[in-house]
Amino acid sequence: MSTATTPEIRLRPNANPQRQHIPLSRLAPLILMVGPAILWLLIFVAAPLVYVFVISFLKKGTYGGVVASFNFENYLRIFDPLYLNIFLVSILIALATTALCLIIGYPFAYIIARASSRNKNILLTLIMLPFWTNSLIRTYGWIMLLRTNGTFNTILQSAHLISQPLQMLYTTGAVMVGMVYTLFPFMVLPLYSSIEKLDHSLLEAANDLGAKPGRAFLRVTLPLTAPGIFAGCIQVFIPTLGYFFISDLLGGGNSVLVGNLIKNQFLAARDWPFGAALSILLIVFTIILIRLYNHFGGRIENITS
Amino acid sequence: MIKKHNKLTKLLTMVFLTLIYIFLYLPIVVIIFFSFNTSKLNIVFQGFTLQWYGVMLQNTGLMSSLKNTVIVAISTVVISVIIGTLAAIGMYRYEFKGKGIVDSFLYIPIVIPEIVMGISLLAFYHILNLSLGLLTLIIAHVTFAMPFVVVTVRSRIAGYDMSVEEAAMDLGATRLHTLLRVTLPIIAPGILSGAMLALTLSLDDVIVSFFTTGIDSVTLPIYIFNKVKTGVSPDVNALITVIIIVTLLILLLMRTYEAKSQRKGRI
Repeated sequence: MSTATTPEIRLRPNANPQRQHIPLSRLAPLILMVGPAILWLLIFVAAPLVYVFVISFLKKGTYGGVVASFNFENYLRIFDPLYLNIFLVSILIALATTALCLIIGYPFAYIIARASSRNKNILLTLIMLPFWTNSLIRTYGWIMLLRTNGTFNTILQSAHLISQPLQMLYTTGAVMVGMVYTLFPFMVLPLYSSIEKLDHSLLEAANDLGAKPGRAFLRVTLPLTAPGIFAGCIQVFIPTLGYFFISDLLGGGNSVLVGNLIKNQFLAARDWPFGAALSILLIVFTIILIRLYNHFGGRIENITS
Repeated sequence: MIKKHNKLTKLLTMVFLTLIYIFLYLPIVVIIFFSFNTSKLNIVFQGFTLQWYGVMLQNTGLMSSLKNTVIVAISTVVISVIIGTLAAIGMYRYEFKGKGIVDSFLYIPIVIPEIVMGISLLAFYHILNLSLGLLTLIIAHVTFAMPFVVVTVRSRIAGYDMSVEEAAMDLGATRLHTLLRVTLPIIAPGILSGAMLALTLSLDDVIVSFFTTGIDSVTLPIYIFNKVKTGVSPDVNALITVIIIVTLLILLLMRTYEAKSQRKGRI
């Protein structure tokens, strides 16, 4: 390695930005510390993603696998009305899930943020507690509640409110309940932290200046908590597109989302190139949303999927 | 008039909160409830029994899925904490070219949809000819947990005065000695919360595990996923109940420990 390409390092307290060549003996601790993480990310994040990108331009082999033959067909297939419809339904379900989480989550987060500090801790712990149980296990709980001879139907029938059990499981409604249930805390937590930071004296000022509560909310509270709203929406919207197990278990065969479509290409249909193209599309979609979020002043550190 | 209005708001708030918490706890309560049911079908409650807590121990498939879950979680925590903590310290202490790239690189596994990470690892294992099993599962879990450890540990380090490190070295401590005796004890709380996060992420994962697990290495959530269509027996409910109780105890212990160390800090 020539000296020109040797990475320069300096200890933090030394603010001198002047270029200095550092002998390998001082570079060694840096390589030893940061090296393993970089290597791991290169091998198990970058390489697999590049591979997926490459196979999205290849063709499916006769027995699964891929055949080297460059083409754009996998991307063009997405415009098939059958798949466009799946995309449309997925986006509608993801939008509805996001909207429901926001409508329920905002007043909820608001109440918690305005509670006394002792109550606040209790209320927050109570939201997080169920989420220490695996999400698939909790989805299984919903199956027990919703199925034809499940808890809800049993209760409704013994109260003579219905004579025939209602079909609740394997409906789009069940999928929506499962999605809202699973993703709710991802909406509440960013909302809570942005509402908590809100300076209450601004609302008092708005009130003193004659603004009605509704107007003060629309003109003061809402704009100031917008980063939290956006962060929450991204954290609900993107995972909803990929959470295939919820639509598998609660929707039965009735609801195929983008996540199910991708999953099926890699398991049942064994059409990896098409599945890869769909995944690349999902990544591009994610990047666009995060870019938008950054553009409006959000910080990427606040997003965790 | 205003008082009456306040009372009504308070009542509505209470009703709203109660409904939400019922919604959040309902599926869990149902699972626990039916772990005590005499009927094998866990559909209608017929009578109280503890038999499923004995039956679950004989269910080899269930027990091995529990064993796999624990092995994967512990391995994930150990590996991702070691690699992640070293990286966090290194990135905090040194300025180097390309640090920004490493930084944004760290966020890729955090923001990409889990399904994309799952299928990309599956495809990648396929070209490496790695057969799916515990190893591929552990690698996958470390891949999504480690960046979270780096971010958590780094945010905790940022608040500490690291000049004590220089002091230690000035007094003749070697680099390794300084790391083990000075740096690590200072950032221990950060490492602990990073470890807890890695543990939670590993235990909660469904999607990435689904693509990277083999037939012999299914974890508990994947075991249940495979059984749901044919019917899940109540011994699974019993095991879930035990896990929930253990989790609650661990959380309680952590809380007491935190409260204790906070009190110490104040004195």
